[in-house]
Amino acid sequence: MYWLRRAWAELRNEVFVLPSRTLVLLWVAALVMLPFVYDDAYVLRILTMTCIFAIFAASWDLLAGYTGQVNFGHALFFGAGAYTSGLLSLKLGLSPWLTVWAGAAVALLFGFLVGYLCLRLRGSYLSLATLAFPLIALGLLFAFPDFSGGELGISGLRRLALTPTGNYYVAAISMLAIVFALWLLADSKFGIVLHAIRDDEVAARASGINTPRYKMAVFAIAAAAAGFAGALLAHYLRVAGPSTLEVALSFQVVIWGIFGGVATVYGPVAAVFLLYPLTEWLGSFPGVGELRLLIFAVIVLLVLLFMPRGLTPWVRDKIETQCPRCKQRNGAWKKICRLCGAALQTQVSRAQRLVGHQ
Amino acid sequence: MFQDILVTGLVNGGVYALLAIGFSLIFGVARIVNIAHTAFYMLAAYCFYMLLVKTGLGFLLAGLISVGAVTLLSVICYRLVIEPVREHEAAVLIATIALALIFQELMLYTFGGHFLGIPSTLEGAVRFLGVSIPYQRLLILVVAGAMLVLVWFVLYRTRLGLAIRATANDLEVANLMGMNVHRVAMATVAISVSLAAVAGVVVAPVFVVDPFMWLAPLVTMLAIVVLGGLGSLKGSLIGALIIGYVEAITVFAVPAGAYLKGAVALLIMVIVLLARPEGLFGIAFEEER
Repeated sequence: MYWLRRAWAELRNEVFVLPSRTLVLLWVAALVMLPFVYDDAYVLRILTMTCIFAIFAASWDLLAGYTGQVNFGHALFFGAGAYTSGLLSLKLGLSPWLTVWAGAAVALLFGFLVGYLCLRLRGSYLSLATLAFPLIALGLLFAFPDFSGGELGISGLRRLALTPTGNYYVAAISMLAIVFALWLLADSKFGIVLHAIRDDEVAARASGINTPRYKMAVFAIAAAAAGFAGALLAHYLRVAGPSTLEVALSFQVVIWGIFGGVATVYGPVAAVFLLYPLTEWLGSFPGVGELRLLIFAVIVLLVLLFMPRGLTPWVRDKIETQCPRCKQRNGAWKKICRLCGAALQTQVSRAQRLVGHQ
Repeated sequence: MFQDILVTGLVNGGVYALLAIGFSLIFGVARIVNIAHTAFYMLAAYCFYMLLVKTGLGFLLAGLISVGAVTLLSVICYRLVIEPVREHEAAVLIATIALALIFQELMLYTFGGHFLGIPSTLEGAVRFLGVSIPYQRLLILVVAGAMLVLVWFVLYRTRLGLAIRATANDLEVANLMGMNVHRVAMATVAISVSLAAVAGVVVAPVFVVDPFMWLAPLVTMLAIVVLGGLGSLKGSLIGALIIGYVEAITVFAVPAGAYLKGAVALLIMVIVLLARPEGLFGIAFEEER
């Protein structure tokens, strides 16, 4: 009983005071409860894919948003995870529960490799050079079709769970675990170092931070998460094909990341949860099916014109304000800061502005 | 085979140079990584196809109108979509990706996904060093050469060129010296896209025209630009020739080379970057604070 009251107090004082935290709690609860309420196979299928892509988008954000290593070839890690897991489970007959981890491990090695090769590159050079890596891998796969299955890929993989609900839970729980782990990581001291590297690498190095080591580490972590997502997708769709390495997928993750708002982790996840079901839903109309990519691109373009920093930072600024004194966030309806009691001036009147300028 | 490599490399290198120099120019002046650059090349090819086959205009007229129309479209896109988000680099990036996707889907919806063939502008072939070169490929080479000379003239012998080079060198100072950097950026967009459009028009009869024809040259173009050094025009030209020849050698001399040509070209880029991170002719400048 004590623990219940304690939990309720925590919930009320830490979660419900901020609308963004309440939204996250509602989202998690909805994800976990959904199969009990509404277990339509089609909806579960779309949400399973959404969860898998959300892992992928969040891992890109750690690399591109936090560390500033804007990777245009993130599909390499996704494809490495998918192909490794697929080949191991098909050729060696291992259980997919094991090979998914092997896929993540191989993607981690690829992450080290790409990170090492890109250590000296920065900015646009890095983006354009990383675009090359998945294409090199794709060229090699097509050149050795008996090993990789060529255009068709490796099909006939086993699923992780047998029922649609089981598969949904595998994807949803791994998504929640990985996304929250990435969020914690980004919020920790490690994450602060990543911010420092993005904003000014020379200054970070001058402060005694071994920036190459951090960059390699973050490449490896992001790659492992992306590889895990790739392996999950391969086993869910039962095929690991060349589409996991395509430029389109690399661009897709860039769109998700920037659309949702970079350097937030939850931004790209939110973007995937909005955009992926939206495109699927548009595709289900008979006349609109061919136009869904067009509609998708137009929506992205329009949203960007009005919120160039991305969707979630814009929404967050609407529903929350920052305390000018202690920099804590407050609900937009508050008059004074919930922690330090300083007055929150959300609406500065014209007269006050004029006085301020004198 | 040696002569084949020589000629194919030169022709492909010329086309790549047209694309890469335009991309490099727009990056140098406006700091825009224009992913939609080759989408404009695809649009020009479609426009040429429509004017030539559907309305039956002459080759020259159809080509000129398509280049003009695509250039106009690019300036409109720049004003409507890119300029409002110019200060957010990430937003510019996905705005150009979204534009490219929109063009691809529009073409896919209007013309369908199948390949469209365009009759050759010039029939016949000339024999040179024992290898027969179709006039069309010769035309590509001549047009590419002429455009490169024209770009050189505009950039180094006119006031607009001076303004473009000054803006590329230092945007703030150019602005302080009284140049209208917004208008310079717009002129650069027009010049760079018109180069891509010319490339699209001249290669349309040789390559097939389909809505996805922008992806493969996009990647090659990016590799060339990075190889030569971002923003360096000389680097783009030399990089284009290097990649053109490397692809030709891979296709003609290596088994299963057609699959590997992209991979080998990109591998060359990665190797050069490892030895010289700023590209062959790039300038290693201290990062901006």
